Amino acid sequence: MPYMLFMAFLVLLPLVLIGIYAFTDMQGHFTIHNFLLFFSKSEAVNTFIYSIAIALLTTMICLVLGYPAAYIMAMRSFRTPAVIAMLFILPMWINFLLRTIATVELFHMFNLPLGEGALLFGMVYDFLPFMIYPIYNTLQKMDLSLIEAAQDLGANRGKVFTKVVLPLSAPGIYSGIVMVFMPTVSTFAISELLTHNKITLFGSLIQRSFGEGGTTMWNYGAALSLIMLVIIAATSFFGQGDADVDNQKGGLL
Amino acid sequence: MAKSEYIIEVNHVSKQFEDGKFALDDVSLQVRKGEFVTILGPSGCGKTTLLRCIAGFQVATEGDILLNGEDVTEMPPHLRPVNTVFQKYALFPHLNVFENVAFGLKLKGVEKVEMERRVKKALKMVSMSDYEYRDVDSLSGGQQQRVAIARAIINEPEVLLLDEPLAALDRKMRADMQLELREMHKKLGITFIYVTHDQEEALTLSDRVVVMREGKIQQVGTPTDVYNEPKNCFVANFIGESNILDATMVKDRLVHFCDRDFECVDKGFGEDQEVDVVVRPEDWYIAEAKRESESESERREGEKAKGEKARGRKKKEDPWQLHGVVQSCIFKGVHYEMTVLTDNGYELMVQDYHCFEPETEVGLLVKPEDIQVMAKPRLYNSFEGEVLPDNRVAFLDEEWDISDRTAERFDVGEKVEIEVDFNHINLQDDEEDGTLSGEVHFILYKGDHYHLQVRTDDGDDIYVDTNDIWDVGDRVGIKIAPSWIRLYKVESVEGRV
Repeated sequence: MPYMLFMAFLVLLPLVLIGIYAFTDMQGHFTIHNFLLFFSKSEAVNTFIYSIAIALLTTMICLVLGYPAAYIMAMRSFRTPAVIAMLFILPMWINFLLRTIATVELFHMFNLPLGEGALLFGMVYDFLPFMIYPIYNTLQKMDLSLIEAAQDLGANRGKVFTKVVLPLSAPGIYSGIVMVFMPTVSTFAISELLTHNKITLFGSLIQRSFGEGGTTMWNYGAALSLIMLVIIAATSFFGQGDADVDNQKGGLL
Repeated sequence: MAKSEYIIEVNHVSKQFEDGKFALDDVSLQVRKGEFVTILGPSGCGKTTLLRCIAGFQVATEGDILLNGEDVTEMPPHLRPVNTVFQKYALFPHLNVFENVAFGLKLKGVEKVEMERRVKKALKMVSMSDYEYRDVDSLSGGQQQRVAIARAIINEPEVLLLDEPLAALDRKMRADMQLELREMHKKLGITFIYVTHDQEEALTLSDRVVVMREGKIQQVGTPTDVYNEPKNCFVANFIGESNILDATMVKDRLVHFCDRDFECVDKGFGEDQEVDVVVRPEDWYIAEAKRESESESERREGEKAKGEKARGRKKKEDPWQLHGVVQSCIFKGVHYEMTVLTDNGYELMVQDYHCFEPETEVGLLVKPEDIQVMAKPRLYNSFEGEVLPDNRVAFLDEEWDISDRTAERFDVGEKVEIEVDFNHINLQDDEEDGTLSGEVHFILYKGDHYHLQVRTDDGDDIYVDTNDIWDVGDRVGIKIAPSWIRLYKVESVEGRV
């Protein structure tokens, strides 16, 4: 019962409120004006598309960097995989804002320009553990005799990887993608800090709608939030079908 | 390529793990084409390691492995013409039954029509024809194992390796699968190497059984050989039920145990040689027999006991070789299993189709050919050591007191050979009370006492005869009274020059 109360007040109610705000004007009358406003502003739509592109790119880089890391850790080439896993997780113990500010300082120190490159670097740095961990989890739980079985049936190292290891780690990859993509598509602080507000992401757009000019933009902001919610929901459901089969084998979602 | 008589030759293979332990210790084994060989042993005996070395998942530290005369010791598994059926099936969960079975053929690039034909054939062989498109997780254990077998045999390997394939199945299913495996072996005509810890399974299935213990092969032979002619106490004890007793070979064909002589068929052990004998519980003839307290003349009437001659003269003519009282009787399904305490204090296990209630006075007989005589691997503990000052001697990395009389015959610093009889080693409950501590590693019941193998913390073995009951894994302190430590001079190399 307490859970139901918790869910009702802290999950359902806010969602309903967002819905109500998104579909009303300041006087409380029903309208779809907020959405039309968004789609009529090419600047807003561009920001939206740009945000998704940046999030996809970050996710891809995280995957490319994270998979080998997770694989090496899981294949027990290290005597103490737990320690290595810890090293990847450790940065998360520090607040991400502090880390981002530190990253900014790092760029200043090496005289590197802030901008798109810095933004990507910062996001990958912040979200890489979210990619590594679920993949490591699935790989680590994988039955090693499956690899031996594949070798036994004539698969060389490459084939073992493509035919067995990769398909079996799919749930982890899926989890990792969702866990990196979701926060990156909605992030705002990182982009503001690492680009000196030169690049606006969709998250910043929403934040500004709520932050600036009192309550006048709340309805518009709610509409934007709803649009983002739909995108995130879509990614969550994407690939759900494949993941169902062996979700119990270790993905995080 | 030189064709060999054997399809697999394992030559002096040792496998040492990183922690320094030997999983395999100088193992040699030859397997003929088409044979069904079972490697049998308790867990941790190295049987699976041996199989994995043949499959290529592990590389032998020493020695070599030949397949069809070709050295494959370091060849990676995917190039070897062998296939494995794994203990936990190891089916690919992301593939269905058909795809699992076709896995090997797909890698070889077999064309689609041919592949389909062969997959169907393999599935038919394991009676799984209707399951082609099923998810492997939806199959029962037995069905999964059938798919695993189909997946292995479809590649037409020269050797099929099976690693405890039936261990996870229930008893009934296991019996069915055993029969099927036997049939499959006949039909396919390929060599099967089968690993199991189940002695019944090994005896049922194989042409030859390889009994292993602690990384070493104990005996290789046909199932009847290993059962009827075990080479040592371990084999006798591990395979089937047995009475193992200390005995003395009086002369050829005559052995003394349970305080009397028995005729036997073994010879060549020498006179008055200490040996072990094995009598299977089902080889005792048992019948009710009242103890004879009547006059001598009546006893004379008794049938002449077959084996009685020479030595047993002080015993009167008596149809029975041993007399005793039944202690317990348990119904085992087909037969009854009874423990009989003989009048001279030996506890024997006897199996018979008839039940003899506890307290029944019975007589026992055994035929000469049912007594298996085995050489003792050792007659006493022997260690190497060095004499220390103050009546002490060092061996097994410890210092031990010895008696004055012993000490005065040796110089300090002298290298000596040390002998201690099994029954003069004292085991203590509390490790702290012993000069040395160790763990009970193996227990053999010898009718009137236990023969223990105690492994010290340094990995040395001490053998102990005791009447106390210990369990495998018990921590013990080891003590030896000074007067029971015998010392002998070592003829050192320098000494001889």
